[in-house]
Amino acid sequence: MPDTEYGRFLQGSFEVHGRDFVDAGLVSSQIKKGLKAKGIDEDIIRRIAIIAFEAEVNIISYATVGTISYYILPDAIIFEAIDEGKGIEDIELALQEGYSTADDSIREMGFGAGMGLANIRKSSDVFEITSEPGRGTRVKCTIMLNGQNICKEN
Amino acid sequence: MTLAEVKDLLEAEVVVGEDRMEVEVHTAFGADLMSDVLAFARSGCLLVTGLPNLQAVRTAYALDIAAIVICRGKALNDRFVETARELGIPVLWTRFIMFEVCGRLFEEGVTGCVREIHIGEMTSARH
Repeated sequence: MPDTEYGRFLQGSFEVHGRDFVDAGLVSSQIKKGLKAKGIDEDIIRRIAIIAFEAEVNIISYATVGTISYYILPDAIIFEAIDEGKGIEDIELALQEGYSTADDSIREMGFGAGMGLANIRKSSDVFEITSEPGRGTRVKCTIMLNGQNICKEN
Repeated sequence: MTLAEVKDLLEAEVVVGEDRMEVEVHTAFGADLMSDVLAFARSGCLLVTGLPNLQAVRTAYALDIAAIVICRGKALNDRFVETARELGIPVLWTRFIMFEVCGRLFEEGVTGCVREIHIGEMTSARH
C-alpha cells in the first residue's frame, strides 16, 4: 500500500508483477509523461524516470508483486516502491556496483548488471531502503525540487 | 552532426523520426546492456545497440536520448517501432556491427558521452 503520510500528494500508483519482463520500463514511461504534463524540470524528471525504471526491473526480477507510487509535494517529489518477495539479505552488498543475483532471463532483457540500487541511490537526494528477507523490500527516494515545482494546487 | 548525416554515414534506414533528422548529436553510448545505459548514458546522446526491444526504447525515453541506432541489422518488431513512435524516439537501422558504427561516428568527431567507468565511484558522482 502507498504511504499514507503523503496521501494527499499522491500523483500516481502502479502495480508491478514479478517476471513481467515485457512491461519493464512501462511505469517509468508513464510517470515521465505525467511529470512532463506538470511542467516539472526535465533534469528532475530524468532522475525520477531512471529511479522508476530501476525499481520496476528490481520488482520484476526479484519480487512477486509490488506497488510503485509517486507524490508531488510543494518542495520535493517522493518516489516509493514497496514489494512482496524474497527481500534482500545484505543491503550493503546489494548496493555495491556490479553485485547481482540476476538469472539468465533477466540478463537476456538487458538487465541484471548489478547497477540498479546504486543508480537509484545516485539519482536521489535522500535514499532509504528497508528489507525483510522472505517478506519484501521498500525503497523510498526524495528528489528536491529546489523551487522548480510549478504545481501550485498542491 | 545531424541525424541526417548520421544516417548517411552509417548507410542507415530511418525507421522512426523522418521529421527529426535535423537534430544534432555530439556524443554516443554503445551497449546491449540496458542496465549500463541507465547507469552511465547521458541525455542528448545517440544510443547504439543491437538490442531492439521495448526496454531499449523506454530506456532511451527515460534518459532523453536523442536517437537509437540499431546495429547488426537486427530485425525490428512492430511493437518496438510503435513504442518508439509513441515516445518520440527516432530510430536508425544499419547492417554495420557496433564496432563499425562507433568507429565511423568517432572519426566524425562524435565522442563517448562518458569516457571511462570506475566501478564503485557512482555514489560519489551524484546526478
